[in-house]
Amino acid sequence: MEKKKESRQSTGDKKPRFKSLIIDGSKYRTYYNRKFENRKEYKIRDPYKIVSYIPGTVLKVIAKEGQEVHKGDTALILDAMKMKNRIVFERGAIVKAIHVAEGEKVPKDYLMIELSPVPGQNQ
Amino acid sequence: MALGRKIEELKKKREIILLGGGEEAIEKQVAMGKLTARARIKALVDKNSFTEYDLFVEHDARDFDMDKKTLHGDGVIIGAGTIFGAPISIFAQDFTVAGGSLGAMHARKITKIMDHALKMKMPLIGINDSGGARIQEGVNSLAGYGEIFWRNTLNSGVIPQISVILGPCAGGAVYSPALTDFVFVVEKISKMFITGPEVIKTVLGEEISMEDLGGARVHSEISGNAHFYSESEAECFEQIKKLISFIPWNNLQKAKKFPPKDPKPEYNIEKIVPDDPRQPYDIRDVIRAVADDSDFLEVQKKWAENIVVGFGRMAGETVGFVGNQPLVLAGVLDVDSSDKAARFVRYCDAFNIPIITFVDLPGYLPGADQEHAGVIRHGAKVLYAYSEATVPKLTVILRKAYGGGYIAMASRHLRADYVFAWPGAEIAVMGPEGAANIIFRKEIATADDPEKMRRQKVKEYKQKFANPYVAAARGYIDSVIEPAETRKLLLHGIDVSGNKSIYLPNKKHGIPPF
Repeated sequence: MEKKKESRQSTGDKKPRFKSLIIDGSKYRTYYNRKFENRKEYKIRDPYKIVSYIPGTVLKVIAKEGQEVHKGDTALILDAMKMKNRIVFERGAIVKAIHVAEGEKVPKDYLMIELSPVPGQNQ
Repeated sequence: MALGRKIEELKKKREIILLGGGEEAIEKQVAMGKLTARARIKALVDKNSFTEYDLFVEHDARDFDMDKKTLHGDGVIIGAGTIFGAPISIFAQDFTVAGGSLGAMHARKITKIMDHALKMKMPLIGINDSGGARIQEGVNSLAGYGEIFWRNTLNSGVIPQISVILGPCAGGAVYSPALTDFVFVVEKISKMFITGPEVIKTVLGEEISMEDLGGARVHSEISGNAHFYSESEAECFEQIKKLISFIPWNNLQKAKKFPPKDPKPEYNIEKIVPDDPRQPYDIRDVIRAVADDSDFLEVQKKWAENIVVGFGRMAGETVGFVGNQPLVLAGVLDVDSSDKAARFVRYCDAFNIPIITFVDLPGYLPGADQEHAGVIRHGAKVLYAYSEATVPKLTVILRKAYGGGYIAMASRHLRADYVFAWPGAEIAVMGPEGAANIIFRKEIATADDPEKMRRQKVKEYKQKFANPYVAAARGYIDSVIEPAETRKLLLHGIDVSGNKSIYLPNKKHGIPPF
């Protein structure tokens, strides 16, 4: 984290350092800007992990650990932006673990529920 | 005798109103490091040139005991003056009067000066310093904002509109500046956001200071909402005056001509750009090497620094410069730099300012984040803006101009009037390394020494295609020139395009990708 803060200065007032950027096989000597330095690497979404898409408060947990759930079932109610958001399962699965409790405040991208495939079903 | 007494009465009335929110409120304003609204106007315009209108306006709100309150001038000053002799309409919100809150009459004063500016075809400067909507006036306050936004849009492209953020500007109020041409911010003083830190804390549980959320640096470096950043109000006013000197009073005129001046000798155009297209340099030095007196007013200096835009003069005439900046991200086009360049090009086009484009870019920035952020639609803005622009368009290709980047950067195909290329220019579908890897894939893979073969093929491709002569042979560029000839030929281009006119199909308006 500290390192990132330093690199934020790269095009700021302090003396920046040249880095390289490869485009179409050519390597360019150049500075990075703040946005490029802080860009998020793309990660493939794991369909067996339900993460909060918005920060909020868990109002009610409906799913239970070990339960087999179906597509469209409600997992929990997340209170965010003055709305009671119904978080639903996008596929049939077994609820492996629930990491949130009712009344808990969760940040964005927080792992709330872990799933595992239903045995014997092709995914 | 009777009239004399009435004049005395007028003087007294004026004296009281001119104090705004009173001495105590003024002291508070000064303690915050801010000038008062009247002091700001005074600092901005030519000496003794300002005439105030609507000094005696009062609100007519009745609810919440508002009928017992007097708000001098209803918290805003309007009027007109001159800057370097150019007529300027101004409104300045007075934070000492009810926190500069916007009520119905406050808004009506602003819209009055906006209508006046449009009618008289003169620039409008709005100084924003307001706590926001005057809640006691309810929907009348919202109506006021709406009337301002509508006029900002109506005036857009007809008269220059400049917003100066010298205090808070929050909630719906931010949209007036956002609709104007240029936004000025000052360190520690400007604060702009749609939802403030308190709301963010309640709704999202995130803690952030006003400064980190919407301070001057945030908007000039991260969000791109601001165009000019300064450390103090005094510096800010100097920047505004400088900008005014570069732009015309309205869209029917050209900017005022200045006496021509040669560039400063310390900017030697032959010594700025390294031969190797992969080595960086500061494109602003090239701009200064061709601009009159090496004077360049950069717009959005610290945001999307991989492209540089701003104003300068050529033989006394204002021009807009656009240049890829090899110093940052090798000068690629990406989401933000496309947005920045496109908007600037549209500004120049609306106000009869010729555009000079310096091209040196490897193409578009690769990455999932860029694609997902819509680099396609943002990149399309550059194509749209250049294609649509009918002002004289002059282009100089300095080194690399690859692929879509070549087309986008004011190429002949988008109707540039003159395209010049330096002898080292590489106009090709992609860089030699990438192209050789694809075209000679088989030869490289099957060679005894693939690395040696690759280097040989890259060299071969460079000699055959990575030069300006293939494009020159097709007439896509008008001339291959020596770097030292650049200013001379640009001046020629400007000289002969004074009467440029273009016939376009009749349409209400296009649908640019924004």
